[in-house]
Amino acid sequence: MAVLNVNPTRMELTKLKKKLLTARRGHKLLKDKRDELMRRFLELVRENKKLRRSVEAGITEANSHMSLARSVMSDKALDVALMLPSQSVTLEVKEKNVMSVIIPNYEMSFKTADENDIYSYGFESTSADLDVAVKSLSDIFPAMMRLAEIEKSCMLMAAEIEKTRRRVNALEHIMIPQYEETIKYITMKLDENERSSTTRLMKIKDSMVRQNIEAQRAADAKGQIAV
Amino acid sequence: MHNIAVVGDKDSIYGFASIGMSIFPEDDAAGASRTIRKLADNGYAVIFVTEDLASQLGAETAHYAESVMPAIIPIPGVKNNTGMGMKNVSRFVEQAVGSDIISDQ
Repeated sequence: MAVLNVNPTRMELTKLKKKLLTARRGHKLLKDKRDELMRRFLELVRENKKLRRSVEAGITEANSHMSLARSVMSDKALDVALMLPSQSVTLEVKEKNVMSVIIPNYEMSFKTADENDIYSYGFESTSADLDVAVKSLSDIFPAMMRLAEIEKSCMLMAAEIEKTRRRVNALEHIMIPQYEETIKYITMKLDENERSSTTRLMKIKDSMVRQNIEAQRAADAKGQIAV
Repeated sequence: MHNIAVVGDKDSIYGFASIGMSIFPEDDAAGASRTIRKLADNGYAVIFVTEDLASQLGAETAHYAESVMPAIIPIPGVKNNTGMGMKNVSRFVEQAVGSDIISDQ
């Protein structure tokens, strides 16, 4: 692992130690976030699959009834029957925060008081298959909205999990080892410097002592000669 | 207040009008992407798109993936169903986990 390009000084060392601490903390938090997101995501995605299967089956069934209705009614009659719907739905979108992922929450409100006011035509001139088609669509409508909610949530959560996973991996496998290596490098360099200055001092002391001894000896020799 | 839209070929989406959704018949991808952009700007919270059209849109809808609104949801139409809806769900799992661990087929 590459050592960061920094000066081996005490100041850098303190800075890096602080950074390492933050990185470790961040790594732990992000890992927890990823795990919790993953747990919720898997729950949601399972429901998503189940719902999708039932909604798709419902729509396919409605479509087949619609085709039958189309085959017995003229296009114009069908157009007229469905031209002016009596029902209209509006949505209240609330936002829910799940581990800092904003997911939508839909609340439906119907224009007419009776939710089942779905037949916008008289029964005289229309095929019964049209009624069945409209009824089956109306039956799966709540499931469709729930599907929309869950599928959007899954989409958003999947993106967030991918992002978080990358961050966790970057911290775990790149940032933290890099900091550790650099801290080790700086510590070793500083220790090395300290040792070298100690040896230098010892050497200097040695040579000073030797000089003193020699000077003393020279002085003693002079004194003996004088005596 | 937000609305719900259904975009697709006319035959597939006609019934949805009766249960209170707004329908926007489109036959080709270019028209559909234009409509979806317009709907997204006008506060439609959920846009159901037939699989046939949704599979042609691709990147056009990708930039709505990151925002809460609108939710673009593929639904089966009368023809040319690609099974894209289910594949999408598997794609989410793949994106999040790394491989599709809950495919039950």
